[in-house]
Amino acid sequence: MTRARHHWVLPTSLVVALALSLLPMPQVLLPLRPYWVGLVLAYWVIEDPDRVGLGFAFLVGLAGDLVSDGLLGEQALRLVVMTFILQRFRARLRFFPLSQQALAVGGLMLNDRIVTAAIHMVLREPALPSAFWFSPLTGMVLWPLIFLLLDALRLGSWRRR
Amino acid sequence: MPPYAGPSTAARSGEVADTLRLMAYLALALTLIVLDHRGGWLNQARKQTATLVAPLWAVAGWPGRLIERVSDDAGTMSQLTEENRKLRNDALVNQARMARLQSIAADNLRLRGLLEAAERGNLDVVLAPILDIDLDPTRQRLVLDAGSRDKVRVGQSVIDAGGLLGQITGITPLHASVLLITDPSHAVPVVVARNGVRLVAYGEGRSDSLNLRSVPLSSDVRVGDMLVTSGLGGRFPPGFPVGTIAALKPDDSRAFLVGEVKPAAQLDRGREVLVLLSIPPPPADTTQFDTQPAVPEAQAASSPAAQAAATRAAADAAAAVAAAKHKARKSKPPATATTNTAAASTATGATRPGASAANAPAGNAANGSRAAANPATAGRNPRQAANAPASRPTQAAPTTPRPPAAAPTRDAAPPPAENRP
Repeated sequence: MTRARHHWVLPTSLVVALALSLLPMPQVLLPLRPYWVGLVLAYWVIEDPDRVGLGFAFLVGLAGDLVSDGLLGEQALRLVVMTFILQRFRARLRFFPLSQQALAVGGLMLNDRIVTAAIHMVLREPALPSAFWFSPLTGMVLWPLIFLLLDALRLGSWRRR
Repeated sequence: MPPYAGPSTAARSGEVADTLRLMAYLALALTLIVLDHRGGWLNQARKQTATLVAPLWAVAGWPGRLIERVSDDAGTMSQLTEENRKLRNDALVNQARMARLQSIAADNLRLRGLLEAAERGNLDVVLAPILDIDLDPTRQRLVLDAGSRDKVRVGQSVIDAGGLLGQITGITPLHASVLLITDPSHAVPVVVARNGVRLVAYGEGRSDSLNLRSVPLSSDVRVGDMLVTSGLGGRFPPGFPVGTIAALKPDDSRAFLVGEVKPAAQLDRGREVLVLLSIPPPPADTTQFDTQPAVPEAQAASSPAAQAAATRAAADAAAAVAAAKHKARKSKPPATATTNTAAASTATGATRPGASAANAPAGNAANGSRAAANPATAGRNPRQAANAPASRPTQAAPTTPRPPAAAPTRDAAPPPAENRP
């Protein structure tokens, strides 16, 4: 099995995504930081639905909460919602061309932002600055790169699309 | 039913299950959120996991630090480049400056060489700081902070920027005492720079004036004339300014003029003086001249005699001698009472008037043929002429060859003969 050969890619990619979410960045670029964990998890939900489901997303979200020292369960909630939506549209997304896929992922990230804003609003947490609404855009732009890179790592070679 | 009803129902059931799972997870997540939001119950769990998360933080920090270091290095790089450029510029400027300074140094060396040559050639001097000043009417002396160690010797002349200051009269290895030309016991042979008329300038005990006595009326001496050392007597080198004549007036006898001289040297000022190291030639052996002095000294006698001598040729000296001796005998020799009267009388006659009266013939006669014939009179300056006969009879010969301290003094000199007509 081709998949079995590269088991390490899934945890490694997630750890890297967590690290990237912690990466110190200049104040100006901070709002543009994409939701790395969400993007990487989205890939795995699309490409490896057998192993990555709601439960996995929940655990990854918890890990993210712990790592980012945010509200425990917040990312778990976001990732669960995102995973659920992805699972719903997985079949279609898989056959989208990469650009369209990127658009869909952008929408997904926007939804994620909305969920986050909703949670903050409900809990009367301080709302994130409006500049953070740009992060779905960068996520959308970065999606093709992430997709191709993870594909290459997972399959051992660049996949033609 | 469409053929896809089966799978669709299966999918639907899966959907329902998914939705239910979603609900469960969402509920779980929300519980966690609420629990965390209220009361921070999960703080303990956070603390435990923080240790696990720490390495991840560290890893996440790497790129940042890397970027920081790179940017730092880049900053340092540009800074160093800038600094390098500046330093190179400075080095260039400094090099140019150095080149200029080198040329200046070369110039300096050359000029110094010239100057030294000049100094060696003309004036071998020692710059001596003044240690002590003694300026009262009876004693006009300086003590210099330079002694025999600095090649200072008794008899050397002391000058300053203006002119002659005095002569060294005492010496120790480290100090020297200077008898100033204004000391009342000091006399300096001078010539009027303008016309070469020879005079003697006496100290008065005042640091701002010298005295000229018995200046013949006939001599062409005017107020404002510059006096320089004549070099006669060998004590002082010739040509150093002594002073300018500030006033001239007839003396009591109305036969001579008395002059006041403003010293050229600043005797009451300055902190350093120059000692001329060229040691004056030891005064010539006076024994040789002893016989002769009587002849011209006698000329001095009285003013008429002097006048006559002036007009007459040198050969007439003998007659004048007689007159002088006669005159001198009449005038009682006071100061040198202990000495032989004859010698004393010649001395008295010779001292001042000899000098002044001899001036006239010397001025004229020396120009003539007589200068060589009469070195002891014309050549020797009056003080020496006075000194030689005065000291001779009483004291032993050894004193005469080295008269430095005694030479300029005129303590043995009686009042001028011409003052009593």
